[in-house]
Amino acid sequence: MAYRTKPLRPIQLIFSSSAFALLLLLTLGTVITLWLHADIGFQLLVSDWAIIKFTIFQALTSATISILIAIPAARALSRRKFKGRQVVLTLMGAPFILPTIVAILGILAVWGRSGYVSEFLQKIGNDPINIYGFYGVVLAHVFFNIPLATRLIVQGWTAIPVEQFRLAAQLGISTSGIGRHIERPMLRTVVPGAFLIIFLLCISSFAIALALGGGPKATTIELAIYQALRFDFNLAKASQLAMIQFSLCAILGSLAIFITKPINFIQGLDHEIERWDGNEIHHKIFDILVLLIVCLFLFLPLFSIIIRGAVPLFTLPALVWIAALNSIVVAVISAFLSVGMAISMSIFIIKMSYKLPIMSKAMEIISFLILASSPLVIGTGLFILTFPFISPFTIALPMTALVNAAMSLPFSLRMILPAMTNAENQYGRLADSLGMNDWARFNIAIWPRLRRPVGFSIGLAAALSMGDLGVITLFAPPDVATLPLVMYRMMSSYQLTGAAGVALLLVSLSIILFWIFDRGGRLEHKIR
Amino acid sequence: MSIKLDNVKISHGKFSLQADFEIEKGKKIALLGPSGGGKSTLLSAIAGFKTPDSGRIFFENTDITSTPPAKRPIALLFQNHNLFPHLSVRNNIALGITTTLKLSLKEIETIDKALLRVGLDGLGNKMPSELSGGQQQRVALARCLIRKQPILCLDEPFAALGPALKKEMLDLVQEIAETTNATLLMVTHQPDDASYITDQTILIAEGKAHRPVTTNKLFANPPAALAKYLGN
Repeated sequence: MAYRTKPLRPIQLIFSSSAFALLLLLTLGTVITLWLHADIGFQLLVSDWAIIKFTIFQALTSATISILIAIPAARALSRRKFKGRQVVLTLMGAPFILPTIVAILGILAVWGRSGYVSEFLQKIGNDPINIYGFYGVVLAHVFFNIPLATRLIVQGWTAIPVEQFRLAAQLGISTSGIGRHIERPMLRTVVPGAFLIIFLLCISSFAIALALGGGPKATTIELAIYQALRFDFNLAKASQLAMIQFSLCAILGSLAIFITKPINFIQGLDHEIERWDGNEIHHKIFDILVLLIVCLFLFLPLFSIIIRGAVPLFTLPALVWIAALNSIVVAVISAFLSVGMAISMSIFIIKMSYKLPIMSKAMEIISFLILASSPLVIGTGLFILTFPFISPFTIALPMTALVNAAMSLPFSLRMILPAMTNAENQYGRLADSLGMNDWARFNIAIWPRLRRPVGFSIGLAAALSMGDLGVITLFAPPDVATLPLVMYRMMSSYQLTGAAGVALLLVSLSIILFWIFDRGGRLEHKIR
Repeated sequence: MSIKLDNVKISHGKFSLQADFEIEKGKKIALLGPSGGGKSTLLSAIAGFKTPDSGRIFFENTDITSTPPAKRPIALLFQNHNLFPHLSVRNNIALGITTTLKLSLKEIETIDKALLRVGLDGLGNKMPSELSGGQQQRVALARCLIRKQPILCLDEPFAALGPALKKEMLDLVQEIAETTNATLLMVTHQPDDASYITDQTILIAEGKAHRPVTTNKLFANPPAALAKYLGN
C-alpha cells in the first residue's frame, strides 16, 4: 500500500492534532475569550474613535509613502547594472530580521532631537525636529517597509519575460513606451498586494507606536490595548479594543490572501539585466539619485548603531547579559516550536488532501488565521485565560515563546508546505515504487528537499522572536526582561549610550541565530 | 552578401562561441545543434541583444556590431512572449508600424490585410489570451510581415506546436520570407524542420558555428559533430 494512502500513524496524529489544537486555542480561543469579556454593550468613546482613526490614517500614509518611494527604487535596481547591486538587494532583506527597537534607536540617532539632522538644522539656526507623534510613527514605518515594498516590486520586474524587453528593443519602443506597455501593467498587478501587506503591517504595529507615538494624538489600537491592560488593568476595555483590532486585521488579512502573491524569500533576485532603454542622461541621474537617497535613508541609522554601540558593548551591566540569555532561550524554543508545528501540520494537510480534500483545504486556511490576529490580541486573550489560575507575571517568558512561535507560523508554513508537497509529488511515488519503509522514505525522498526551507524558517523565526517587543511588555514583571525590553527600558530612562550597546548586541545575536540555522539547512546541500 | 560575421567571439561565463562566416542574401538558413550549444546566443548577437567580445558583424558592408537592436534590419520571433498581453491583436501588430499606436485608416487596412494573410481574418479586436498558442505566433508573424525587414530571425518559434500545425506555420514563414525577399535565419534542434524549408544549415556545436552548407548535402554526408548530434 502506498504511503500516501496509509492512515496517519498514532504519533503523527498526536503531533498534528496537538499542533492544530494549539493553533485554534491561540486564534479562535483567545478571540472567544476576548468576546466574552469585552464591553460589547458599551458605546465607543470619542477617544476610542480617535485611536481607530489614527491607526488607519497613519497606516494609509505609511503604506502610500513606502510604495511611492519603492517604485522608482525598484525600477532603478531592475534596469541598472552596477557594482554593489547585489549588496543593496541583500541588505534590502535585512530590515525583515532587524529588531524594531534597534531600528527605532537608529532612527532617533539620525532624526531625533539630538540626531544628525537636528544638529545640522540648529547649526544653520533652525529648531530641532520633534520626531515624536504622527510623523515619527510614519517615518519609522516607511523605514521598515521601503525594503519590503522594493523587494516585492523588484520581484514583479524580475518576472517580466526577457523577451518582452527584447521585443521592445527590436521595435524601437521608447523608455516611456516601455513604461506604458510593460512596466505599468506589471505594477497594476503587483502594487495592490504590496500596499495591502504594508497597510496590514502598519495597522498592527506596536513597538513603533510604543516608542515614538503615545498620547491622545498618536495612539494605535495595539498601544491602547497595552495601556488598558498594563496601566488601568481594565480587562473589559482591553478586550473591546482587541476585538476591534482583530476584526480590522481579519478583514484586511483575508483580502491580502486573495490579492497577494506569495513573497519569495529564498530565491535570489539576481538575474542578468538585459535592458536597452533608459539611456538618456536624465534617466541615469534620476536612478542614481533615487538609489543614493534610499540607501542613505536606510543605512545611516544602521551605521549609527554600530558606531555608537561599539564602545558601550563592552561595559554592559550583568542584567543585560541575563536578558540576552532569556532572549536566546525564548528565540530558539519558539523557533523550533513554530517549525515543528509547521511540519506536523504539513504532513497532516498533505495526507488529508488525498482522502478529504475539503478538510485539507480548511486546515490550510485555519493555519493562516493567525495572520488576522496580532501579538497583543493573542497576548490579551492568554492573559485573561491564565489570570484566574496563575499570576501572568510568572509565566512571561513561556508566553512570549508561545506567541512568537504562533506569529512566525504562517511564514514557516508558507516555506515548508509547498516544499513538502513538491517532494511528495516528485519523489514520493518513486519512493513508494521502490518499496521504502517510512523512515527511509522520509530520510531519502523528503528530508533533503525540506532541509533548506526548514533551516531558513527556523533562522527566520528565531530572529523574529529575538527582536520581538510585543507580548513580553504585557507579561513581564519589573525584574524579568528580554533584550528588546531591557533596551526599551533604558531608552525610556534616557540611557541612550547603554541602549546603543544593547542594540548592537541584540542585532548581532539576531543575525548570528539566523545565520546558524539557515547555514545548517544548506550544508551538504547538493540537490538543485 | 547579406550578413557577415568576421571572427566573432561571444562568451558568457564559461561558455564561448566562435563564428566566422557569410550568409547570402535571400537564403533560408537553419541554425542547428544541441541545446546549450549556442544557437540562441548567436541569434542574440546578430539581433543586437549580446555584444561580441571580439570580431565584427556586417550587414551589406555596413558595420552593425554596436548598432542598437531597434536600428538593425531585423524582424524577430521568439518561442513565446511575442505579444503584449494587455494590447489587442491589432495593436500588437501595429507596434510594427508605430509605437505610439495612433493609426491612420490606411494603416489599419494594412494590418487587417496582414491578418488575412496569416489566416486570422477578423480577429483584430481579440486579446492575445483569447487565442491559441499557434494563433498567437501567427499574430507575431503578421507583425514581421508588415515590418518588411531584410532579415527574419526565428528562435525555435514552433517548438511547442504539434507536427501538422508546425508544418503549416513553416509554410507560412516560407511564404512571408519570399514575399518580403528576406533572408531567413531559423534556430531549431529538429533536423526535420531544417530540411523542410531551409536551403542551407549552419551547424552549431562544441563552441563553434560552422559555415553554412547546403542542407540536403549536409544530411547526406554529415560531418563528425553533426553525426554525433543526430546519433548515427
